[in-house]
Amino acid sequence: MIFKSDNFTSPDPKKRRTVKALGVGVAAIAGGLASSTSPHAAVSNDKEMGELFQDHYKKMTAEEVAESIARLEKRYKRQYDVDITVGNAPPKEDVLFGYALNISKCKGTRECVKACTAENNQDKEPNMEYIRVLEMDQGTMNLESANHYYPDDQVTPQPGKMYLPIQCHHCENPPCVDACPVGATWSEPDGIVVVDYNWCIGCRMCANACPYWARKFNWREPNLPKEQINTKTHYLSNRPREKSVMEKCTFCLQRTREGLLPACQQACPTGARVFGNLLDPKSEIRYVLENKAVFRLKEDLNTQPKFWYYAD
Amino acid sequence: MNELKKIADFVGFCARNSIKGGEKLWYWIFFLTFFMSMGAFTYYEQFTKGLVVTGMSDQVSWGLYVSNFTYLVGVAAAAVMLVIPAYIFHNPEAKRVVILGEGLAVAACVMCITFVTVDMGHPERVWHMMPYIGKFNWPSSLLTWDVIVLTVYLLLNLLLPAYILYHDYHGTKANKKLILGVALLSMFWAISIHTITAFLFVSNTTRPFWHSALSAPRFLASAFTSGPAFIIIAFTIMHKLHIFKIGHKVIDMLAVIVAVAMQINLVMLMAELFTEFYNAGAHTASAHYLFLGLDGYNKLVPWIWTAIAFNVTAAVLMMWEKTRTNEKTLLFACGLAVVGVWIEKGMGFVIPGFIPTPIGEIFEYGPNIIEVKISLGVLALGMLVFTLMMNALATIKREELGAAESPY
Repeated sequence: MIFKSDNFTSPDPKKRRTVKALGVGVAAIAGGLASSTSPHAAVSNDKEMGELFQDHYKKMTAEEVAESIARLEKRYKRQYDVDITVGNAPPKEDVLFGYALNISKCKGTRECVKACTAENNQDKEPNMEYIRVLEMDQGTMNLESANHYYPDDQVTPQPGKMYLPIQCHHCENPPCVDACPVGATWSEPDGIVVVDYNWCIGCRMCANACPYWARKFNWREPNLPKEQINTKTHYLSNRPREKSVMEKCTFCLQRTREGLLPACQQACPTGARVFGNLLDPKSEIRYVLENKAVFRLKEDLNTQPKFWYYAD
Repeated sequence: MNELKKIADFVGFCARNSIKGGEKLWYWIFFLTFFMSMGAFTYYEQFTKGLVVTGMSDQVSWGLYVSNFTYLVGVAAAAVMLVIPAYIFHNPEAKRVVILGEGLAVAACVMCITFVTVDMGHPERVWHMMPYIGKFNWPSSLLTWDVIVLTVYLLLNLLLPAYILYHDYHGTKANKKLILGVALLSMFWAISIHTITAFLFVSNTTRPFWHSALSAPRFLASAFTSGPAFIIIAFTIMHKLHIFKIGHKVIDMLAVIVAVAMQINLVMLMAELFTEFYNAGAHTASAHYLFLGLDGYNKLVPWIWTAIAFNVTAAVLMMWEKTRTNEKTLLFACGLAVVGVWIEKGMGFVIPGFIPTPIGEIFEYGPNIIEVKISLGVLALGMLVFTLMMNALATIKREELGAAESPY
């Protein structure tokens, strides 16, 4: 007995135990009171049990995926009171998606940003945005001198300024995929880097590895008002997310795998955005790559983005 | 079956003895329970509301938790500074107290794992990391490496002393070769836990502040500064409380290690400063933010200069023999080294890596009260683990360690 002293304890061992248990209990209650928890703190977490034990998307059989989708649709119905369809369209053969952006046409209207948040069911107010438009002085490409928060209602473009929208570059050599400890993010055969929101453990390794700051974390339970929900979704893309998982631009694969164009491309008022299949020699994106002087951001990091910039 | 019963006997004996004690022990346990409970309830709030309740953001996505984790890995690794002299060089003084160092390593590992867990968004999904059942992205993800090395290091430091004590308890003979083998392994393992924790940061090519070949060696140097300094303080406290008699020779040996490691650490700091600032290009922004402030943002500047002042003062006090061998100045210098390295390698290393972001945004971070409360809870947990282990040990090894009959 190293802390031997008996004036504290009763000679009766039973009583002694009671005193100790009481002391620990009192200390625990005092600690609880000193925490910041209020009784209203809890956000109800009404998940289906099946979601807790669900396997990785790529390890599930077709039936298990179907079960998982049914479970999700049921939960979304209960949670948001709207019918949300969760698609599962696979990548198409001989398709590798790529994007090119004409910076001499971009006027910094942020229409792409708005279309993206309308399409992809991100957390609202404050809006989570996959695209960040940088306003820079002409004559420099130093990202650190850029203005990320130029006012939304400013009559763009400002004289002497240029605009550089940045989103996920869907690298061929993605550092985020390497960094994930549980393989919750990977590159699909059509070149799109996706996340399994039911598999992500929320460690944020991928976000730290990304050179384009393209990954966004759900720090809270997403605020998704019923009337702003896009009910047409895909399992690996814009289905409603939950708190504490990572998400990112998916080149709108719920649209592009069905032959549509990404929301940001459609919304651009100046036609600065060119999206298409890199494996199709007749595609517009191939024309841009073959005939314009294109460049990629941070090419020295060997991430091999499938997102090019050019000017004409 | 007989063997199983013997193990159960031993574990039961340790468990009983870990909570055997008088008034002071229980006041200490009440005190720690208060902080653990505060941490647990605060963590409940964080778990239900999400990490939004912390000061972290998409811009600075790791904060106080990961900073503490990084620091404590160094404390855990420092046990090797007792393991090497004890098991390899058979230094009798070190041999007597090596088990305390191993206990400290266990407590530090427990805190490391808890800090990583409270930083995770979905700790209930941790089974996703298990091979076969889940999807273990090894070897490409550095976090998987860290999970392996930390778990194994925890087991090594738990099982090696347990094995020796088990044979002491039953009066049987331990296999000396096995002990030497495991000690050798844990020696290399101590280096690996810190190197791999550094690689967790270094692997991010887009963050030049971390992406330096010097990060891992600097981690080791600072670990062998703050770890032994921490052990010196802990040993002195235990000695003063008459829990264990700690010889002067061990303290002297550790003090020399702290003195040398601190100087190496400072030399590396200078090398880093030169490389960062001589050709101040875009890669310098984070270091500029840390040491001088960037575009009017300078939250970390007083913080890091405090650390440098502490470390330099500690180095001077430890280099001069007169102050190194004087108990008061030695303890003061060790305190400075512990706090200085905690700042430098905790928030002073983790946070600037995020500022500015890879696309040039400057957004500052400071831990909020929730993070502080949860961190205090984790520290209390680690101290409780350490206290209970030491308490059991004091009974088992009273004669050998010279724990006097309590004077209280």
